[in-house]
Amino acid sequence: MSLLIVKDIHKAYGGIEVLKGVSFSLEQGETKVVIGPSGTGKSTLLRCINRLSPPDSGHVWLDGVEVTDPKANINALRAEMGFVFQSFNLFSHLTALRNVRIGPIKVKGMNKDAATKLAMEELERVGLSDRADAYPAQLSGGQKQRVSIARALAMSPKLILFDEPTSALDPELIGEVLTVMINLAKEGMTMLVVTHEMGFARSVADEIIFMENGVIVEQGTPGEMFSNPKNKRTGEFLHKINELYGETD
Amino acid sequence: MFLQREVLITGIAVIAQSMPMLLRGVRINIELLFALLVLGLLVGTLVALLQVYGGRFFGTLASGYAWIFRSIPAIVLLFLFYFGPSEFGVDIPPFFAAVLALGLRSSAYQSQIFRGALQAIPHGQMMAARSMGMTRIRAIFLIIIPQALRISIAGWSNEFSSVVKDTTLAYVVGLNEVLRRVRIITDRHYDLAMLAYLTVALIFLLLTYTGNWGLGRLEKRLRIPGLQMMRGGTREA
Repeated sequence: MSLLIVKDIHKAYGGIEVLKGVSFSLEQGETKVVIGPSGTGKSTLLRCINRLSPPDSGHVWLDGVEVTDPKANINALRAEMGFVFQSFNLFSHLTALRNVRIGPIKVKGMNKDAATKLAMEELERVGLSDRADAYPAQLSGGQKQRVSIARALAMSPKLILFDEPTSALDPELIGEVLTVMINLAKEGMTMLVVTHEMGFARSVADEIIFMENGVIVEQGTPGEMFSNPKNKRTGEFLHKINELYGETD
Repeated sequence: MFLQREVLITGIAVIAQSMPMLLRGVRINIELLFALLVLGLLVGTLVALLQVYGGRFFGTLASGYAWIFRSIPAIVLLFLFYFGPSEFGVDIPPFFAAVLALGLRSSAYQSQIFRGALQAIPHGQMMAARSMGMTRIRAIFLIIIPQALRISIAGWSNEFSSVVKDTTLAYVVGLNEVLRRVRIITDRHYDLAMLAYLTVALIFLLLTYTGNWGLGRLEKRLRIPGLQMMRGGTREA
């Protein structure tokens, strides 16, 4: 059974349907990348999965438990799904270390010493153990995003949802974040990544999902999608992205 | 004229002699100040939280509360809280009437300071907290309030300066605070009125200065490194 199953998700904002029935699944240890033009509901899809924006209809299961069940313990389920935001959203009043350990302490009830040790390990994993005492405002964008990945990792999630994790970064800071994400994929973390980084998609994704106008237009392995897209729109989009960003791998 | 030499000399002597009596009055002002600030802080925080997070019903209720207590003159509130209970056969000491009237009034103003601060916290902070499985209440207490309180300190300095002075209004309900005691001096030596009131002015200059200095230090101490506090908001340095 798949770790994450998303079935027929619909979501409208102010009468405009942003998601028009999206279904896919994600296996344990798999990395899937969602691509597509802006405003096609990619970020909304991620927020529907952990119910930060509850879907209007459709179902989501995480490891056999229905997330969209109104009686589900949504906080417990969210604790099992990491979420990395485009704008980092680190807690401004807490140091990097405290940002990472607050979840284990306050949500999972871990004791402070164990949580501190865990938080240091996760900061080490993203290469920032020397910045443990820095406040978010003292970190660069790339460092902030790495701390936010460490914050997600510290919860030992079953999967991590990435919402355009590099889109708010200066070009020279994108690499350090992608490196961390590539390593996570290699270590077998299950990841669902919305991104415009085609280099990352091509080299890391097990499967690429191309979305447009609230539906999945096409999905397939990077090889299929890049060299031989079945749908005309997929080809056009990849061509345009290539012109805009160039090859980044 | 108090600037005439003889008047000035006797005046200073009289006031110096009355100083212990005046300072006992100041002490009552300070006690009233602390009591009303604490009441105002507690109620004000609650009102602000209800306004921002309480939904339509509690939000409207809280807004109505803040509107009422900001609209009625402080002296009228003092009279209402002092004479009101005796209508029902309850005698309320002037001090408590003053704490309630001025404290609830201050809570209405403090709630607006804190509401602005709560609303200045970017929405992403709440989203990040919820996405890791925190309940809304926990996110409010662990993530939002600690940041909002820091932003509020500047506004509170202002409110502090204002309520320090308001404590003298309590003389209208017979509280034996400093202004009432000055009246004792001026009743006896009407030519010393100017000098006596200047003394009170000086005392309040000192009180306000000390309070603002303390709050300024607190603000510095709690400042988040790299994050600058802006009027009602934050921005990264």
